Amino acid sequence: MTIDWSHFTPWASLAGGVLLGLASALFILLNGRILGISGILGGLIPPKRHDAAWRLAFLAGIFAAPWVFMAVAPSSLVTAPRIDADVILLVIAGLLVGLGTRYGSGCTSGHGVCGLARLSPRSLVATLAFMAAGFAVVFVVRHLL
Amino acid sequence: MHRLTEFIVGLVFGLGLMLSGMTDPGKVLGFLDLFGQWDPSLAFVMGGAIVVGFFAFALAKKRTNNFLGGALNLPKSTMIEKRLVIGSLLFGAGWGLAGFCPGPALVSMATGQEKALIFVAAMLLGMVGFELIERK
Repeated sequence: MTIDWSHFTPWASLAGGVLLGLASALFILLNGRILGISGILGGLIPPKRHDAAWRLAFLAGIFAAPWVFMAVAPSSLVTAPRIDADVILLVIAGLLVGLGTRYGSGCTSGHGVCGLARLSPRSLVATLAFMAAGFAVVFVVRHLL
Repeated sequence: MHRLTEFIVGLVFGLGLMLSGMTDPGKVLGFLDLFGQWDPSLAFVMGGAIVVGFFAFALAKKRTNNFLGGALNLPKSTMIEKRLVIGSLLFGAGWGLAGFCPGPALVSMATGQEKALIFVAAMLLGMVGFELIERK
């Protein structure tokens, strides 16, 4: 293992993480809900009466975020995303993420942030599982294939 | 009032994803590449988020309603079933293939990023697939 110092951004990442924690904190304390993206999105398939509006309001905030960020953040923090995957890979990855997060009842936000923060053994197992799979797949793709 | 707080929470969460670097699949894959050029940044994202969340959930566990007067729903399930593990493994594999998890993909899609749009469409299809299998 060698550290990729040129891409390492401890302060921005820590500050971003604090914002993720803050959003999760506000959501449970003000709205009484767990902030889990896959669950919020999956609950709209199909949309149910009296259960769709809060999900859509949250998603509107998510969709507004990049525009607000580009307006307020210094240009040094606005970097173009590097997306190497081609269309076929994106489709396979998307299908796996959609199916997997619904079967596993959560993703990086619901299990990885909220679940670990509330010391849930279930979320710890889920987080270890998706991290392990992520490490394994990247190892195979980058170092074996 | 609730619609406003939900919007603001979504906005703050999205800003956190942008600032942290999570919306850059290249950065995510750099973190998952333990045996290559490893970028530890995402450990700082998780660390920052969990520490702040820890205090909020410690407070939430002592309450039955939220600060706006409604219900406070903490997950009740403690079962570690096969589907939790298998689902999470599938999710992790997809995450490792493209470097997108659901939140960052939605944020990137909002900027008109075509590849993020393709990923999100496939992800929604996967979620529809889950509903169809579950309802059989």
